[in-house]
Amino acid sequence: MFEGPQSFAPIIPEIILAIGAMVLLMYGAFRAPSENLGRDVGWFAILLFALTLGYLVLQPASSSFLFHDAFVVDRFARFMKVLVLVGASVALLLSFDYFARAKLMWFEIPVLMVLAVVGMMVMISSNDLITLYVGLELQSLALYVLAAIRRNDLRSSEAGLKYFVLGALSSGMLLYGMSMIYGFAGATGFQKIATAASAGDAGANIGLIIGLVFLLVGLAFKISAVPFHMWTPDVYEGAPTPVTAFFAGAPKVAAMALLVRVLVQAFPGNVSEWQQIIVFLSIMSMLIGAFAAIGQTNIKRLMAYSSIGHIGFALVGLASGSNDGLEAVVIYLAIYMVMTLGAFACILAMRRKDGMVESIDQLAGLSQSNLSMAFLFAMLLFSMAGIPPLAGFFAKFYVFAAAVKAELYPLAVIGVIASVVAAFYYLRIIKVMFFDEASEPFQPAEPYVRFVMWAAGVFVLAYVVVPAPLIDAASAAVRSLRFAPTP
Amino acid sequence: MSLMPLFFYLFSVLALASAVLVIVAKNPVHSVMFLIFAFFNAAGLFILLGAEFLAMVLVIVYVGAVAVLFLFVVMMLDVDFAELKSGFVKNAPVGLLVGGIVLAELALLFLAQDLGVSGQSVEAVADGIAAATAPVLPGEGLTGGAPVAGEVLTNTEALGRILYTKYAFFFEVAGLVLLVAMIGAIVLTLRHKDGVRRQSIAEQVARDPKTSLEVIKVAPGGAVIPTGDDAP
Repeated sequence: MFEGPQSFAPIIPEIILAIGAMVLLMYGAFRAPSENLGRDVGWFAILLFALTLGYLVLQPASSSFLFHDAFVVDRFARFMKVLVLVGASVALLLSFDYFARAKLMWFEIPVLMVLAVVGMMVMISSNDLITLYVGLELQSLALYVLAAIRRNDLRSSEAGLKYFVLGALSSGMLLYGMSMIYGFAGATGFQKIATAASAGDAGANIGLIIGLVFLLVGLAFKISAVPFHMWTPDVYEGAPTPVTAFFAGAPKVAAMALLVRVLVQAFPGNVSEWQQIIVFLSIMSMLIGAFAAIGQTNIKRLMAYSSIGHIGFALVGLASGSNDGLEAVVIYLAIYMVMTLGAFACILAMRRKDGMVESIDQLAGLSQSNLSMAFLFAMLLFSMAGIPPLAGFFAKFYVFAAAVKAELYPLAVIGVIASVVAAFYYLRIIKVMFFDEASEPFQPAEPYVRFVMWAAGVFVLAYVVVPAPLIDAASAAVRSLRFAPTP
Repeated sequence: MSLMPLFFYLFSVLALASAVLVIVAKNPVHSVMFLIFAFFNAAGLFILLGAEFLAMVLVIVYVGAVAVLFLFVVMMLDVDFAELKSGFVKNAPVGLLVGGIVLAELALLFLAQDLGVSGQSVEAVADGIAAATAPVLPGEGLTGGAPVAGEVLTNTEALGRILYTKYAFFFEVAGLVLLVAMIGAIVLTLRHKDGVRRQSIAEQVARDPKTSLEVIKVAPGGAVIPTGDDAP
């Protein structure tokens, strides 16, 4: 293929997507505008995602470093990229009918999603602060535009603007931290930073830690961990629902992957320092995610707080810093993404003749009008609450087990309390669906939406029977993360 | 070489003078013009320092983009500049204080250098920077453009050699970021309206005198009656 000192084979997924996005953009711009243009481009984008996914799965299991160690492709990266691609494809699939009904199915939406996915994949593969930053910006910029895509809608514009301003602020923090790290480590590559951080004297280390704190603040914004979560409910509520489904899945997974990689590969010798920060973020996210959600009446806002809480639980695994903990994070993210996408499919099915409804009260008596949807939604919510036979229980179980093993007992105890509180508001929705007086039934859900609902439901239920593939993949991914490269 | 100080003072004086004029000019458009002039003089100073790349960037980015943006804002927004300036006398002490602090810091810096507090002379620092940047150039890999020993590289050349080899990946992804910015700006603001007259370049190019010119013989004392598109 490519002769020379380095082969581009490991980065071909990103190249496929980037070139594909540009081709789709040209196709959309030069073809005569028609009703189906957006949908056609959307299907092509899903095809691109599928191609990329296939290529990723078939790649050899080894780790490779490209561009002077700025870009790494290991099993961890491949696993996370597969998650991101699945999340993006499903969100795109969910968006077709929604945007068609809103007369908004512009071809730019799939193109922006593809470019955002390129950004996320660069983030996941970053092995250098500059890669981290360009990937993050590529992703964020596309997401800001997607949040504001209903430009005639006041709330959507507000969501986009809020997301943009706060995102720019967090990028500033991130860059400041990166400049400190570069200044004190003298390098931007993660391995070189790790060497500097473990070998440096105490004075240099303080500078590095300050840089690390700012870097963590910037990344905490992106995963919306408390106290940097303020934008989440507003953006989730204001953005169009399929876009929210996209936000809640893929970008969170990518940012978490980035966080894990930065902490584990660039600061492996400073566990005691970053552990405190992660423990704090985790506890706050779990508590705020649980308590603030209780008073919500809008289901999208509720999902926002729910996702804040879930990120808190995932951070419990990261706080332990052990391989078990990281494995738990990876599994948690996979299960979280499936549950979230399924829940958003249910939210997209909440449609009356006169448009979408978002209030929880509107679900009243769903079990009488549409038993299968009520049953699936209830199962997904039970799973999110962490009720035993379902996948969500195991996700929580792994992270808490890792925390206990790492002797972080207070963290585990607070986590269990938070998940009990969170169970309350999930159960409240189930109560509304099954025991409240029936209101007007919803319009029948579209086939794609129904498909996603069922697929998520089956996954959540089947995980207990066949957990091995996910666990094996996660543990292989985490082991590749600990592999120290020899530059 | 004796001309260097002359140019230095020329650019410095002009830069300072136009900077002062930016804030005292009555007409905001003149302010922006003086700002542009100040940028040009600063660019001249950079060239004297041998930093020709910074000079170019200053002109392209600040004059070409930022100052023009200012002009747009000044001309398109109805800002009452008289009112903005009314607090000038009241706020002047604060400005003077900040300026004084900056001046004192600069003075301290020079004093410290004279006293040898910093431990390194300016020349030593400059040599250090030169030594640190020289071996950065990547000889290996894609271009084979290894610097020959003793070869003097300009800033632009040095940056180019590293940007398109070692940092090619970042360069490409930054290009994608700009593409997203462009798509975003267009998606969020372009509105297709009916009845908007758009430029059709093909049509303009395809015009020739035969189809667009009409020779009319006007009889002495007669009038030309417009026909076709020009008819009122």
